[in-house]
Amino acid sequence: MKLAYWMYAGPAHIGTLRVASSFKNVHAIMHAPLGDDYFNVLRSMLERSRDFTPVTTSIVDRHVLAKGSQVKVVENTIKKAKADFPDLVLLTPTCTSSILQEDLTNFVEQAKNTISTDVLLADVNHYRVNEFQAADRTLEQIIKYYLEKEQKKNTLQTKKTETPSVNLFGFCTLGFHTNHDFRELKRILNDLDIKILNVFPENATVHNIKSIPSAWFNIIPYREQGLLCGEYLKQHFNMPYVSRTPMGALETSKWIQDIKKIITTQTNNITAKSLALKNWEKNKKDYSLYIEEQTRFFSQSSWFSKSIDCQNLTGKKVVVFGDVTHAVAMTKILVKEMGVFVVCAGTYCKHDGDWFREQLQGYCREFIITDDFNEVNKIIAHYEPAAIFGTQMERHSGKKLGIPCGVISAPVHIQNFPLGYRPFFGYEGANQIADLIYNSFTLGMEDHLLEIFGGHDTSFSNSNKLDTPTIDSSLTWDKESLAELQNIPGFVRGKVKRRVEKFALQENVTLITREILYAAKNSA
Amino acid sequence: MTNIQKSNSLNFECETGNYHTFCPIGCVSWLYQKIENSFFLVIGTKTCGYFLQNALGVMIFAEPRYAMAELEEADVSAQLNDYTELKRLCYQIQQTQNPSVIVWIGTCTTEIIKMDLEGIAPKLEQELGIPIIVARANGLDYAFTQGEDTVLAALAYRCPDAEIDSDEPQLVLFGSVSDSICTQLSLELKKHEITVNGWLPSRNYSDLPKLSKNTFVSGVNPFLSRTATILMRRRKCRFICAPFPIGPDGTLAWIQKICSVFNKKPINLEQTAQKVWATLADFVTFIEGKSVFFMGDNLLEISLARFFLRCGMIVYEIGIPYLDKRYQSAELDLLRLTCQEKGVPFPRIVEKPDSYNQIQRIRELSPDLVITGMAHANPLEARNITTKWSVEFTFAQIHGFNSARDILEIVTRPLRRNINLQTDILSTNSFVQEAGDFALTM
Repeated sequence: MKLAYWMYAGPAHIGTLRVASSFKNVHAIMHAPLGDDYFNVLRSMLERSRDFTPVTTSIVDRHVLAKGSQVKVVENTIKKAKADFPDLVLLTPTCTSSILQEDLTNFVEQAKNTISTDVLLADVNHYRVNEFQAADRTLEQIIKYYLEKEQKKNTLQTKKTETPSVNLFGFCTLGFHTNHDFRELKRILNDLDIKILNVFPENATVHNIKSIPSAWFNIIPYREQGLLCGEYLKQHFNMPYVSRTPMGALETSKWIQDIKKIITTQTNNITAKSLALKNWEKNKKDYSLYIEEQTRFFSQSSWFSKSIDCQNLTGKKVVVFGDVTHAVAMTKILVKEMGVFVVCAGTYCKHDGDWFREQLQGYCREFIITDDFNEVNKIIAHYEPAAIFGTQMERHSGKKLGIPCGVISAPVHIQNFPLGYRPFFGYEGANQIADLIYNSFTLGMEDHLLEIFGGHDTSFSNSNKLDTPTIDSSLTWDKESLAELQNIPGFVRGKVKRRVEKFALQENVTLITREILYAAKNSA
Repeated sequence: MTNIQKSNSLNFECETGNYHTFCPIGCVSWLYQKIENSFFLVIGTKTCGYFLQNALGVMIFAEPRYAMAELEEADVSAQLNDYTELKRLCYQIQQTQNPSVIVWIGTCTTEIIKMDLEGIAPKLEQELGIPIIVARANGLDYAFTQGEDTVLAALAYRCPDAEIDSDEPQLVLFGSVSDSICTQLSLELKKHEITVNGWLPSRNYSDLPKLSKNTFVSGVNPFLSRTATILMRRRKCRFICAPFPIGPDGTLAWIQKICSVFNKKPINLEQTAQKVWATLADFVTFIEGKSVFFMGDNLLEISLARFFLRCGMIVYEIGIPYLDKRYQSAELDLLRLTCQEKGVPFPRIVEKPDSYNQIQRIRELSPDLVITGMAHANPLEARNITTKWSVEFTFAQIHGFNSARDILEIVTRPLRRNINLQTDILSTNSFVQEAGDFALTM
């Protein structure tokens, strides 16, 4: 057993449901007790979805415990198939149903005998994988199932398109800014004259799956979901994939170069070039020129990092925490594009910790790979960075410590499902991120200026109250030292106070005087 | 109309139970706030934790006095010993939080793996020297607010015995309401010379009310049937079956019933109720004749429907997760009486409803307002059906005379919003029209 107050990644079935409900005309039936259909609330509230979430529950209650849920699950599946005509019904086990150890595979077979709808059992273990791993697994399962099915029917479209084309993977419901990210990638691919054949799973139908192999390559921008598909398609259909995250101006440029490499190799391999391809090659954009154009003129972020405003950010300490995709990309941007000092970078995707470390080798002083928010909180309190880039949880930790926080990764709340266009990917994404970074810091800077010129907090100088609690109750500050402390700008006052107190404890002094204060200052 | 007058009984239906509601462990969110210095430990899986984290919203960041004891694979497959594991966690809680009571919330998983929480608790209680209460608030057996029922039923066993020598009848009220509502209801009864001797739950675990066979108990919430049963059977208390003090009509009937049990003549009660109704006049005129459909998810439905009927609304359907006809009998009687006095047909009461079927019925009836959970609210709004999400009634103050206006405030809000928006900008026609009008005035 583990004492837990907060979790970064949800349970496995949430991942499965996110994938299932992203597809069009796929219905998920959860095998779960009453109240576990909380996913529907998330989708309806956070995404403000206009449609009923295609997820229903086959309720596990006392009767089910006594008799088994066979009849009920099969009945519910058939009922749903007959009422809504989905292409696929995905039976989704939950943590409760996985300990019941009922033969759900058998129920799926039984339902299949009655209806012509496809029925699948989501193959995830609740006690071993989290939301992200399950999403990855479920997407692969569905794609694989239909590719094999089409293969048997001989209806698989393996003939490559005449001009370069691509499938995009990993865009799904309740993802962090995924809709906006997709629009941005679509714009870039369109500029490069690369045809988007399919996007999975958001808004795709299962009928789209059979055309996957006719694309030239695959793009998997999110590390958390889609990689299994990418690997599967590479092995079975010899399709290369780009798994770089096009976040930040530098990485987006590299991402375009990755694409260029694949396309060049593939076009070189084609001996009999069609007229369309010849035309395509003739009119093809110069990729390097495109990158330069976009970086210099479309995106303002590279100019921004050169402008004098950005000088103020040099060497500022920050802590980054989030899922692997966003935490890695963000750290790279902060270090390489903004000159900010990432004192600690971390992720809660413990299953992918090695990759995380490998990616950020040399980018930050320390790594934190944990799913315990208290540990992250401790790190933040310890370093007292000028800003945090993290999840909704770090935003709250920051609030308590008076440190500004930019939200860069799920889990997020409703305000991070913005109505306006806010991609994190591509060149427009780079602009958005630059704003996010700058705004987080200026808030801190404004605060600092206000403190120096006594803009607010005037009540403070009239009282002996300190805004941060004393670390040890045995310590007292005398009048003079307290007055001296008040002269220190508010945004570092807490830090100074703690340092002096630690010093006093070390020196076995209980009354803090001005002498102690300065001794502490000089000792550092 | 004559037909309705003749049939004197309500009709009850029961559907498949495929409906949306919150898990009963959700009760933790209001109970930890109510019982100061308590700590709620939910023994369950990631699924439970994820629900609480999302349902509690910002409360989770306020360092709440609750936590998950997250079961891992080794717990489920009995490779770890439940007793030592729970001891370790509770010791940790004791060291860091120092609560005066720990409440264990059993979940679906502890039920299925048959973890003997009731057996382990007394042993650990002795070893750690802190009371441990066990409540099985799981989704296998209960819906949403019934979670509170399981906790209060468990607390009822812990209430101290009252001194036997006093023959004076005592009054204890049960149901978790805010302190301000407790005070208001107590003061309301005091006007008629009735003293409230205690509340279950009390603000502090150490202040649980004393109980004996001379104690009369009355519930303030419609979902506390288990607690009522325990108080009657185990603690030998005498149960006052009354409608619930929700809406001025409910509050009036509730006080009248208690007065009659205590042989007191209500003082100016009718006048007080009338005064309250007078203050509601604007809202009542507004909702009169409008129709409402309860999809059902928190067991407050009968009482709210009864109040809305009294306000002149038409109730098509009362969906409800579970209906204890004995515990709610006085409330059901008042519902029947209200329909008869208002000359409206009895609403259809659907226990364990089926959301899918309900949505078909909503489409046919197109009611003016659907009271529903958040899973259905936005999709229904997108289909031009006005909704009020039901959870708000659980968290708002709805008891007593002074809260009547708040209830109507909540229920009329979506309807008032519609009027304020004036034009439905989603309908292209009206938007184009408006834009055209605007251009003309330029």
